[in-house]
Amino acid sequence: MKLGSYILKRSLLMLLVMFGVLAIVFAIVHVIPADPVGALLGGNAPPDVVERMKEQLGLNKPLFDQFVNYVWGVVHGNLGNSIQSGRPVIRDIEEYFPVTLQLSIASIIISIFFGIFLGIFSAIYRNRWIDHFSRIFSILGVSMPVFWTGLILLLIFYYILGWLPGTGQLSLFIIPPEKITGMILVDSLLEGNWEAFWDGLRHLILPAAVLGYAATASIARITRASMLDVLNQDYIRTARAKGMPKRIVIYRHALKNALIPVITIIGLTFGGLLEGAVLTETVFGLPGLGRYIVNALLVLDYPAIMGGTLFIALVYSLVNLSVDLIYAVLDPRMRV
Amino acid sequence: MTLTEKISDFIEKRKPILEDWKHTFFLWKRTKLAIIGTVIVIVFVLVAIIGPFLIPYDPLSQNMSERLQPPSLRHFFGTDQFGRDIFSRVISGAMIEVEIIIIVSIISGGIGLILGVIAGYFGGAIDEILMRATDMFLAFPSLILAMAFAAMLGPSLINTIIAISLVGWTVFARLARAEAMKVKTQPYIEAIKALGASKTRIISIHVTPMCVSPVLVQLTLRMGTVILTAASLGFLGLGVRPPLPEWGAMVSDGRSFLLDQWWISTFPGIAIAIVVLGFNLLGDGLRDIMDPRLRR
Repeated sequence: MKLGSYILKRSLLMLLVMFGVLAIVFAIVHVIPADPVGALLGGNAPPDVVERMKEQLGLNKPLFDQFVNYVWGVVHGNLGNSIQSGRPVIRDIEEYFPVTLQLSIASIIISIFFGIFLGIFSAIYRNRWIDHFSRIFSILGVSMPVFWTGLILLLIFYYILGWLPGTGQLSLFIIPPEKITGMILVDSLLEGNWEAFWDGLRHLILPAAVLGYAATASIARITRASMLDVLNQDYIRTARAKGMPKRIVIYRHALKNALIPVITIIGLTFGGLLEGAVLTETVFGLPGLGRYIVNALLVLDYPAIMGGTLFIALVYSLVNLSVDLIYAVLDPRMRV
Repeated sequence: MTLTEKISDFIEKRKPILEDWKHTFFLWKRTKLAIIGTVIVIVFVLVAIIGPFLIPYDPLSQNMSERLQPPSLRHFFGTDQFGRDIFSRVISGAMIEVEIIIIVSIISGGIGLILGVIAGYFGGAIDEILMRATDMFLAFPSLILAMAFAAMLGPSLINTIIAISLVGWTVFARLARAEAMKVKTQPYIEAIKALGASKTRIISIHVTPMCVSPVLVQLTLRMGTVILTAASLGFLGLGVRPPLPEWGAMVSDGRSFLLDQWWISTFPGIAIAIVVLGFNLLGDGLRDIMDPRLRR
């Protein structure tokens, strides 16, 4: 049972890593000399008010006790209350995360689609102008800052051409669907609310395109390298020599084997998407988790910072874990 | 042995290395994208160094009578809401980006190299602890962690540099570790040990230099990302603060004027895109040149 023990080992390792992540987040927020109480009350609040606030937030206890308390809370699913909204952070995350998730899923679909096709074309027409073009095109995506691309596309498609709606998730007069998953597109589909679906989709096009384009390059790159590797192998030459059409050899024989390394890179790309989501959500005014963290950081709402960052790290690690497991399952050498 | 003999002997001994370099140069010349990238990066560095002497206006001085001017012959890229010349600000911003790149590379490369070599050389518990620490740092999407560091340290140029370095060292630590593990099994290390050299001496003089080159290559590959991270922090208001002409902060400055005064955000954004494109093309080419599978 090589595979079973591998899964167990990876899961245990992830638990350990998540504990470390918790410690890092806690250290960043508590050891570095920022002053959350000062940020809350303003610089010249009377000392007794400051003291009372500290007590209320539990900031007067020794650091170690605070840490133990926090870990205890996290284990029980309690991330504390946000200073800004006064609500439990976990409720805030529940509300904001589906927006980020919907955006990431839409973007990763775009980037996988374009990445794999550009990669294949690059590999087939290696060092010809199609190769150069598709490589520059994909590298340009990762080079342009997403916040800037977002602004420029808004300027062009919303303000100048008027083809697509501006910021936000839905237009003002559209009735939002009942909340089931929190993802507008899914919810409106489940409800059969086509108007909201169409409007939500139109609002999603620009942010998803910006984010997806930025993530295309790494997928295209690995597809190209992996395709080149496979195309040079003997069984491809054999397939061509026995008279098989080029198209079938490329898509049926080569692509299948070339895609295995691509799967690992998709997990890493997802981390890039979560980063990019912070910026795209800010530019497009989407109420997602990235924007929630940025707002929390700007006002030093530390329970929200810790909770949000922790949650993102958890999601990212889970995605990478599942990608590794899929890879292990696909790789025949692991199936002993 | 005469001097010329010495030189020819020197060259003779290093022939394989020279041949390898020649081959690398040949591959570089054939990789068009790498050439474009190299040119962009060289121009960028030149602009950063000599730009401040050529700019027509002071990048920081405000001139309210000329605010929000569109691009013209007087102001190539127009002016912003304080009447500052955007062309001058973009040019002098190049130096800030170069500064960030260099200091971040030194700090994160240095930390990574030292920790990685120690972990790789000693192995065992030290190695295990250090590698689990890198796992923990790598569990965050790097911008998110950098944002948290930057916000808690307070927004400024120095803190941006510290935040990016604190997040970036892990990759270099892993590379240096792998290299150190390879080097320490070499016979010459055993020979030095037998001669009675101390651990500090072996590590600093005989192991570390062998681990520098993969770290250096990786540093070059990541320079584009460093600029993007710094610009993103600036854009979010967590990085370099106005009035310093950091490109990301400048894009953010122009956001509220975007609809009517598009030039304020557009030009700094183009500057970021071109420079990062240069670094990425160079890096992409470098990876192709060094990838043994593609080195045919």
